[in-house]
Amino acid sequence: MAISWNDYSTEGAFDELIGPSGRARAGAGKIMQYLRGLNDTDLRERREAAELAMRVMGITFTVYSHEGGIDRVWPFDIIPRIISAREWQTTDEGLQQRVQALNMFIADVYGDQRIIKDKVFPEEVLAQSVNFREQCMGVKPAFGVWAHICGSDLVRDADGTLYVLEDNLRVPSGVSYMLENRFVMKRVFPELFEDYSILPVDGYSTRLFDMLASLSPRPADFPTIVVLTPGIYNSAYFEHSYLAQQMGVELVAGSDLFVGDDDCVYMRTINGRAQVDVIYRRVDDLFLDPEVFNPESVLGVPGIMRAWRKGNVAIANAPGAGVADDKVVYAYVPQMIRYYLDQDPILQNVPTYLCVDEAQRAYVLANLDSLVVKPANESGGYGMMVGPAATKKTRSEFARLIKKDPRNYIAQPTLSLSTAPTLCDGHVEPRHIDLRPFILSADNRHVTRGGLTRVALKKGSLVVNSSQGGGSKDTWIVETGGH
Amino acid sequence: MLLSSVAERVYWFARYVERVENTARLILVNNHLLLDMPRASALGWEPIVSITGIAEKFYQYHKQASERNVMRFLVMDANNEGCMLQSLAGARENLRTSRAIFPRAVWETLNDLNSFAIENKAKVLTRRERYQFMQHVIDSCHLISGKLSASMSHDQIYEFVRMGRNIERADMTSRVIDVRAENLLPKHDEEMKPFSDIQWKSVLDSLAGYQMYRRYVHVRVRGDEVLRYLLQDAYFPRAINHCLDQLEQCLRNLPRNEAPQYALVRAQRLVRNAKVEKLVHGPLHDFINDVQLALIDINSELTATYFEGKEISPAVYYDLPHQLASA
Repeated sequence: MAISWNDYSTEGAFDELIGPSGRARAGAGKIMQYLRGLNDTDLRERREAAELAMRVMGITFTVYSHEGGIDRVWPFDIIPRIISAREWQTTDEGLQQRVQALNMFIADVYGDQRIIKDKVFPEEVLAQSVNFREQCMGVKPAFGVWAHICGSDLVRDADGTLYVLEDNLRVPSGVSYMLENRFVMKRVFPELFEDYSILPVDGYSTRLFDMLASLSPRPADFPTIVVLTPGIYNSAYFEHSYLAQQMGVELVAGSDLFVGDDDCVYMRTINGRAQVDVIYRRVDDLFLDPEVFNPESVLGVPGIMRAWRKGNVAIANAPGAGVADDKVVYAYVPQMIRYYLDQDPILQNVPTYLCVDEAQRAYVLANLDSLVVKPANESGGYGMMVGPAATKKTRSEFARLIKKDPRNYIAQPTLSLSTAPTLCDGHVEPRHIDLRPFILSADNRHVTRGGLTRVALKKGSLVVNSSQGGGSKDTWIVETGGH
Repeated sequence: MLLSSVAERVYWFARYVERVENTARLILVNNHLLLDMPRASALGWEPIVSITGIAEKFYQYHKQASERNVMRFLVMDANNEGCMLQSLAGARENLRTSRAIFPRAVWETLNDLNSFAIENKAKVLTRRERYQFMQHVIDSCHLISGKLSASMSHDQIYEFVRMGRNIERADMTSRVIDVRAENLLPKHDEEMKPFSDIQWKSVLDSLAGYQMYRRYVHVRVRGDEVLRYLLQDAYFPRAINHCLDQLEQCLRNLPRNEAPQYALVRAQRLVRNAKVEKLVHGPLHDFINDVQLALIDINSELTATYFEGKEISPAVYYDLPHQLASA
């Protein structure tokens, strides 16, 4: 028995492929028809081919708590998520606008702090930000850009509106899966690529390289660029290695680098030492330089902050860029866009209640059963509470946490999160998804064509993180020919 | 630009892959040999334990070098860090941590081989399936070498692949000579004589050298000639002399090569100047021991110079040009 779309129920959420009447949305018709034409054996074969491709290509992620093999194959669903090129155009513009404002904010915070003087952004929020790095005050990175690589999470609510859920400005990951997913799809469904006009994603590595090269403090045709990884036990190690490979640059660990007497950064090579111009670091701020931050860190490079402050090396993302990657700061992004760019935000923020504000805190505490509560600085879905799904005990625990440290918590209405058809045991069922596009910024900006679609594989689950039972899908931005 | 840490991983990756292939080949040939030998012969799996240098550890866990015990220990026993699965894991780990510089296709083949070995390891316990398993392992190792050769730039990184491969190869050849010759050379047991030829042939087989030997050495398989061939032939890929020549070529393309070259020259002289006709009647074991020490020296110098970034004092190698010239 092949896929029957008649049994597919979207259960009140917005489905990305299928409209409320059961009809295909713009761009989704061909894929639905194609899938309908596959019998059970075909489907199984395609799924197995995709799994095999993933395994053979060694596409893995790492789970800290998972004993034994540290590598796990990243679960992949073969039904793509489809977005029309027309909608994407607006999203692209909205993301560029947002990241531009965020970068202006970070530069301002580490410079004159105009936004605080003008009372648009409260000083106490900055004072309590755990990602604010005093050591970065006064530094002026090239082009005034601090967050060179941003991964913004987008979700769609029941009414179809796309919201920005958060902006990852520290060391966002996932782009390699976006690239590999496309590669797998081309292997498994080559015929679909003939029917569809799908915007390519391949150019990312080249763009990333060019962006990094433009940051080099030494004017040279071939700046020395490295990807700095915390090592193979990091959950995103696959990606670090992948990006270095795709860009043709060295993948280094902290122990490969050192800072010389001249405050320049060097790497140890078989020829002796070689100067490094640009570091794409995937190590957190606090582990970057044991001389300045965590003295216990063996992942970083002693003296690297000194070299960066003197302008002898470029670091992407710049240390301290995480100050804007904070769920309290997030609430102020619309104001930032108006303040710095004098524009209206193109993309919506999810309405956010700041527990640090007394009135908003009272509202949050009174409505814990309908809100999602998140700590301001955690990522990966850790330490959050989904109100409607939480037990009474959990809710009272969070009430206690919020009262104890209000600055560290925000709350948002529970969005229903859109769904997309996902293959589950031979059936197609709706599963909740989000989308993480990546935005590159230096002298100019570039947004990926689509991004990484993450899918919560557990029925009804809203948590899409790879560490908590999430998988991914290929994301197709398709030309729909004037719909 | 080649990172010291990458050079080290590449070198060890190549050593591990070569080790996996060598182990498979040893097992395969012994398998053949056992079928040819009379039941009365003492020959069993013990020599394989000796050749691979695991005897001490092996007898901690096993009383007897039975076929099953040896096979488990060589292929899958985690107590033996040189076993096939551990070597594969080692190769994979080194490759995994330096994937950025290897062609993707190599990673895919190694991953395949690794999965194959894990899933099919039980097959090595039966003689019938063992052949298939080992042949697949050997073929996959060749596929890896071939892919490296065909799709990786033959630059400095590749020199470390070649060095790892050749030093491991030379090491294995020396071990095979040591153990096999120990059993074959001095004794002239009349009853076993007909089988001596078979055993010498197996020595060549275990190094994939029988066919080439016949082409280049125009005498029948004879102990001293086999020994000369495996030690001193310039063209056979597993002859120690050839492996050392390869190392010499590699080093020529690398910077700061004085110290490793010095160690290499010592090994080359040792092997080239050996009087094989004298060795067969006596101190072969001591000689092989010297060869192995010389290989260890080369490894240490490569490690110090390229992997640990030791600064070199020129004074120590003052007389080097002379040494090289006389090699």
